Amino acid sequence: MDDKPHFRNVALLWLLSCVIMVPIVVFVIGPGLPPGNGSVQASGQVTDNTVLLAVATPVALGVLVYMAYALWAFRERTPEVVLDGPPIRGNASVQFWWLVVTTVLVLFLAGYGSVRLLADGSGGGQGPNPIAVPSPPKGTSVLPVQVIAQQWEFTYRFPTYGGVQTRDIELPANTLIRFNVTSLDVIHSFWAYELGVKADANPGVNNVAYVTTKGPLTFHVRCAELCGVWHGYMFNTGTVVPRAQFAAWITQQRVQYAPATKNLPPYSRTYFPPPLRRGG
Amino acid sequence: MSAIAVSPGAPRTGWRQLLGFNMLTGVIFGIAGWFIGYGAIGKHIHGAGVAYYSTEAGQNDIAIMLGYVLGVVGFLIGLGFGNYPFKRLLGHPPSLAEHEAEEEGLFRYFTLSTDHKVVAKQYMLGIGFFFAVGGLNAMLIRTELIQPNVHVFGANQYLTLVGMHGSMMMGMMTSGILGPFANWLVPLMIGTRRMAFPRIEAFTFWLLMAGGVILITTIFFGGFQTGWTGYQPLGAQGTAGYDAYIGFFACVGLSMTLFGFNLVVTIITMRAPGMTWSRLPIFVWGTLSTAVLMLLAAPMLIAALLMGAMDRTVQTALYIPGAGGSSYLFQNLFWFFGHPEVYILALPGFGIVLELVPVFARKPLWGYRLAVAGMLGVGFLSFFVWQHHLFVSGMNADLRPFYMLSTELISLPTGFVFLCVMGTLWRGRIRFTVPMLFCLAWVFNFLWGGISGVFNSDVPSDVTTHGSFFVMAHFHYTVMGGLVFAFFAGIYYWVPKMYGFKLNETLGKVHFWVMFIAFNSTFAPLFALGFEGMPRRVVTYAQNFQPLNEWVSISAYVLGLSMLVFLFNVVWSLVFKREPAAVNPWHSKSIEWQLPTPVPLHDFDRIPVFDADPYPYGVEPAPAGAPVVAPAGGSA
Repeated sequence: MDDKPHFRNVALLWLLSCVIMVPIVVFVIGPGLPPGNGSVQASGQVTDNTVLLAVATPVALGVLVYMAYALWAFRERTPEVVLDGPPIRGNASVQFWWLVVTTVLVLFLAGYGSVRLLADGSGGGQGPNPIAVPSPPKGTSVLPVQVIAQQWEFTYRFPTYGGVQTRDIELPANTLIRFNVTSLDVIHSFWAYELGVKADANPGVNNVAYVTTKGPLTFHVRCAELCGVWHGYMFNTGTVVPRAQFAAWITQQRVQYAPATKNLPPYSRTYFPPPLRRGG
Repeated sequence: MSAIAVSPGAPRTGWRQLLGFNMLTGVIFGIAGWFIGYGAIGKHIHGAGVAYYSTEAGQNDIAIMLGYVLGVVGFLIGLGFGNYPFKRLLGHPPSLAEHEAEEEGLFRYFTLSTDHKVVAKQYMLGIGFFFAVGGLNAMLIRTELIQPNVHVFGANQYLTLVGMHGSMMMGMMTSGILGPFANWLVPLMIGTRRMAFPRIEAFTFWLLMAGGVILITTIFFGGFQTGWTGYQPLGAQGTAGYDAYIGFFACVGLSMTLFGFNLVVTIITMRAPGMTWSRLPIFVWGTLSTAVLMLLAAPMLIAALLMGAMDRTVQTALYIPGAGGSSYLFQNLFWFFGHPEVYILALPGFGIVLELVPVFARKPLWGYRLAVAGMLGVGFLSFFVWQHHLFVSGMNADLRPFYMLSTELISLPTGFVFLCVMGTLWRGRIRFTVPMLFCLAWVFNFLWGGISGVFNSDVPSDVTTHGSFFVMAHFHYTVMGGLVFAFFAGIYYWVPKMYGFKLNETLGKVHFWVMFIAFNSTFAPLFALGFEGMPRRVVTYAQNFQPLNEWVSISAYVLGLSMLVFLFNVVWSLVFKREPAAVNPWHSKSIEWQLPTPVPLHDFDRIPVFDADPYPYGVEPAPAGAPVVAPAGGSA
C-alpha cells in the first residue's frame, strides 16, 4: 500500500470542482431552467429547480471526482500478475458521516420542497380540496376557469361570465386564476407549460390548480397523460393579455357563443356524459 | 419433460425425442386451447349484459380472454406440466424419475426441465429474444419521432409500439437478471443442488414465455392505446388488443409471484452449513430483496388486471367513474405494484455490480452490512412511495409532502450502495476487464438516474417534469443504464462458467464503448426535451424539438447497432474463434468459480461447508478464507 495522501487529493479536487461548478449552476444554468418566468408559480419552480441542482451538483461531483481519481490512482499497473489489494472491509467513521450528510441533505430537500409547495401550490393540481391557496394580487379577485378535457380537446368554461364555454383561452394579466380541471371520458392532464401548471383531468373529479399570471405572454397547452389514439394532437395555445383586453374578449365570446351556452348543461364541478363508443 | 412422462427407461434419442412432451407439443396444445376457448366456447357465451362502452362489431372480449386462458393452459400441459399431478390424481405412485438432464444436447433446452442450470439458460435465450423484440420496438418508435409529423406509422400503430416496448421491457425484463443469473447462481452460491421448488422454477419460465407471445398477438387485435401503464378507464374503452395486454401482465404477474416465492424459500431454507446470513454473497442478498418485492408487489398487479378484465368482459364498472367506479383505483393498485416493480428491475443490478467490483478491484467488498442494509432498505421503502406517480392527479393534497419525503429517503439506501462500490475501489488494484467496464458504467448512469429522480420526487419541480420526456430519460437512465448494463456485466462475467467459452475481450470493449456512448447520447438530450416541454407518448411534437429528436433517433440507432456488435461477439467467440474458458479466468474467490467447467449435473459431489464469505481478497496465503469446497470431479 502506498502512502500517498489520496484522501486529501480527492477532497481538494472535489472542493475545486465545486467552487467552479456551483456558481455556474446557480448563476448561469439556473435562470435558464424551466418553466421560465411566465407566472409567479413558474418562477417559483425555476427557483426550486435551481436549489435542487445546486444541492445535487456537489453530490454528483463528489461521486464523479472520486471515481475518476480512484480509477486512475488505483489502476492495476502490472496486469500480467494477479495481485490483491489490502483487505479493508469498511470504515466506521466514513460510513457514519456519509449517513449523516446524506440524511441531512434529504431532510433539507424534503423540507424545502414541502415549504415551497405549501406556499403557493406550485401550479400543481391539488384535488377537490386544495390546501395551498395563494392570495390574489392586491385589488383583484380570483378568476375561476373550468378546464374540460375530452378526447381529444380542451374547452374552457367561465362560471363568472354566464358559464360560457370557449375553445380558446385568454387570461387576464396579474390575476390569480383557479383552474377547475375535469374530464368527460378518460384521464387527461392539463399542462400549460409556460404558466407552470399541470393538473390531471379525471372524469367525475374536480382537480384544482392555482396560478398567478404575470405580464402578457403566449402559452402552450398540451395533454400530458396518454388518453387514446389522438393524444399527440391534443394541444393548443393560449394567451395572457392585459385585463381590459380580457374583458373585451370574454364579452365578445359571451355574445358569440350565446346560442350554444343555452344548450349546455348548467355549470357544475363535474359532468357525467353518457358512455362513449369503444374503439378509439 | 419426457423423463417425467416415460419413467425410468432409456431416454429417447434422435427424432423420437419429438414424441415426448416438449415445446412442439406445447405449441400444438396451446393453439388447440386457443381455438377451444375462442371459437368453441367464447363465441357462444357473449352477448349478455349491458356494456358501459358499447363494443365494436366483432369485438368479443370474453372469447379472446377464454382463448388466452385455455391457450396458456394447453401450452403448459403440452409441455408436460400436467403429467405429475394427473398421475397422482389417477393413483399412480409419484415418478421418482426426475433425473432432470438425462437427455444431453440442445434438445433439453426445449423441454420442461427442472435442472436449475438448464432453466437459467432457457431464461437467457427467452429473455434475450423478447429483449430484442422490445429493442426493435424502440428503434421503430425513434424512427417515427425523427420528424414532428406522422410519416411512418399511424397514431394507433405508434401507440401500440410504445405500449409493446414498455410492456415488454417492464414485464419480461423483471426476470432479465434473476431469470438467467439467479436461477443459475443462487443454488451454487448458497451451496445446494437445486431450487426449493424445481417444477415451479420451470413453470415460471414457460409461463413468462407464454405471456410474451400473448403480448405480441395484440397486433392482430388492433393493438392497445394505453402504454404499459394501461390506465383506466382508457383501457375499458380500448380495442380488443387491450385483452392481450391484460393476458400478458397476468402471466408476468403470476410468474413473478411464484419466482419470488421460490427464491425466498430457497435462500432462507436451503443454505449449506456455514452459509450464515453474514457470509451470503452480496448477489444473493440482492436476489433476496428483489424476490421479496416480487412476492409482495406482483399480486397487486394481478388483482388490478383481473378487475380490468371484469370491466371488459362481465360488465362490472370498477374503474368507470360514470357508473360508480373510480379512475384512481387502477392508478393506485397499478403503482403500488409499479413502483416496487422498478426496484425489481434495479436491485439485481445492484447485486451484480457489488458482486463483481470486489473481483476486479481485488479487494473484499467494502461495507458488506451497509450494502445489505442498502438493498433491503430500498426494497422496504419502495412500498411507501407509489403516490409520487400521482402528484398532480388530484390525490389527497395533504399526502404529497409525505410521499415527497419517502421518495427522497430512498436515496439514502441507494447512496449506501454507491458508497460500498466506491469504498471497494479505494486502494484496490483495479483491472479494467469488460465486466468491470459495464459495472463502472452502471455507477455513472445510475448517478444521473438518481440525481434526476430527486427532481421528479420534488413536487414543485415535478409539476413540470411529470409526464414529460424528462421522466422518460430518468427511468431509462435507471432501468436501461442500471439493469441492462449490469445484465451485460453479468453476461461477460459468467458466460465462461455457464457456457464454457469466453467472449472475445476486444469485441467486448468495442461493444461496451459503443453502447456506453450511444446510451448517453440517446438519453441525455431527453432531459432537455422534457425540460423544454415535450410530453411522453406523443406521435407529433412541436417543430422546434426536431433537431434534438433527430440527434436522439440517430444515437438510438447506434445503440441498437451496439447490440449487433454483442451478437457478433457471441457468434464469433462461439463459432469462429472458440477458446475454451479457463476454470477461473477472473481469479474470483466465489464458490461457483471453484467448480469445474461445465458445472456437473448435480453441482456438488458433497454439499460444501462454508467458513467465510466469498471475498477473502488480499488475505495471505491466498485461500485461507476461501470456502471449503469439495467440487465434483475435483479438477478445480
